[in-house]
Amino acid sequence: MRFTPDSTGIDPMKIAVLSGKGGTGKTLVSVNLAEVAGQARYLDCDVEEPNGHLFFKPGDLEIERVAVKIPVVDQDKCTGCRKCVDFCQFNALAYIREELIVFEEICHSCGGCVLVCPEKAFSEKDKEIGRIERGVSGQVQVHSGIMNTGEESGIPIIDRLLEGQDDDPDLLTFIDCPPGTSCIVMETVAGADYCVLVAEPTIFGAHNLAMVYQLVNLMGKPLGVVLNKIQEGDNPSEAFCLEKGLPILGSIPFDQKLGLINSKGEIAVREDQGYRIWFEELLTVILEEACP
Amino acid sequence: MKLAIPVDSNSIESKVCMSFGRAPYYLIHDTESKENQFVLNTAAQSAGGAGVRAAQIVADQKVDAVLTPRCGQNAAGVLLAAKARIYRTKGESIKENIDAFLEGKLSELDEIHAGLHRH
Repeated sequence: MRFTPDSTGIDPMKIAVLSGKGGTGKTLVSVNLAEVAGQARYLDCDVEEPNGHLFFKPGDLEIERVAVKIPVVDQDKCTGCRKCVDFCQFNALAYIREELIVFEEICHSCGGCVLVCPEKAFSEKDKEIGRIERGVSGQVQVHSGIMNTGEESGIPIIDRLLEGQDDDPDLLTFIDCPPGTSCIVMETVAGADYCVLVAEPTIFGAHNLAMVYQLVNLMGKPLGVVLNKIQEGDNPSEAFCLEKGLPILGSIPFDQKLGLINSKGEIAVREDQGYRIWFEELLTVILEEACP
Repeated sequence: MKLAIPVDSNSIESKVCMSFGRAPYYLIHDTESKENQFVLNTAAQSAGGAGVRAAQIVADQKVDAVLTPRCGQNAAGVLLAAKARIYRTKGESIKENIDAFLEGKLSELDEIHAGLHRH
């Protein structure tokens, strides 16, 4: 079965799973959805701390190194005009005692200095910032983005994850997003066709949900909410959904059995038939919402 | 000899600023002529890399020494490349720190902190 957001059949459906903070259940939801989807692709875009691979344990790993371009200056060609220093919005360049200094850790690889230099004194070198590990787990293609410790931005890794895929372009894709609403999340959401927002049943959870809702809404992406860790009593996140008229795709109970399966690094739908049926229903609801 | 000190405002009665890279002004003090000049730190509001640009501004004043309570590693990299020495201030008074430096009572800053970069 193929799922595409339009009738052309060219663009595969990409479903992003987000939340306003870590620990709400993004990985739980995205991993289990990918598993019940049959042939599917799971992209772990939480490159600062990817954890989907702990559940999928993919085999036959292929590793792709991800590098960015860093400027290298030919000091003999540099005349000290400082056009590059003034241009750099990240303050990654300094001109001291007739020498240009490049601060590689601050550089965002925009390439602006190379363009503005009238002397063509710059060349560029590769700087590795992380890697992508691609492997298979059951019927799921598992792609994990992993950023090197100390790097500024994982966006180039996410771009590569979203664009560079295997030879089956039509696979239904689930994107495990980074937490929060920062640049790196926007980059991930930009590549998605539909967004699933996971929210906890607390005031804090509702606040985080509101932030992600604002972002996704601003980016014009269709969305629905999964309420996680549901217990008896008030659910401020549910109240937020009702107030804004957001579709509630499903509610996952606060369940010791699920917590135990998760804590062992197992996939709930592989271990428990009840959860398999529940996630299959969730997937059906999502696809109905995403492909009306 | 020229000294630079990060300061809270453009007045000699102001205080030494706790941050080097995000200080609003730098006092440039000429120890021979006793002249004081205040230079605006245009890097103070930078989203990132303020230390590098701030140190460039200070280095362009051709200072020999910088008196500061703290200094990040990127700013220190620029200042050391400019052959400026970095000394640790004592207390908040600008005048007392200049006097202490002249009397040789300030020691060189040996703790350079890692970047406090925002994303």
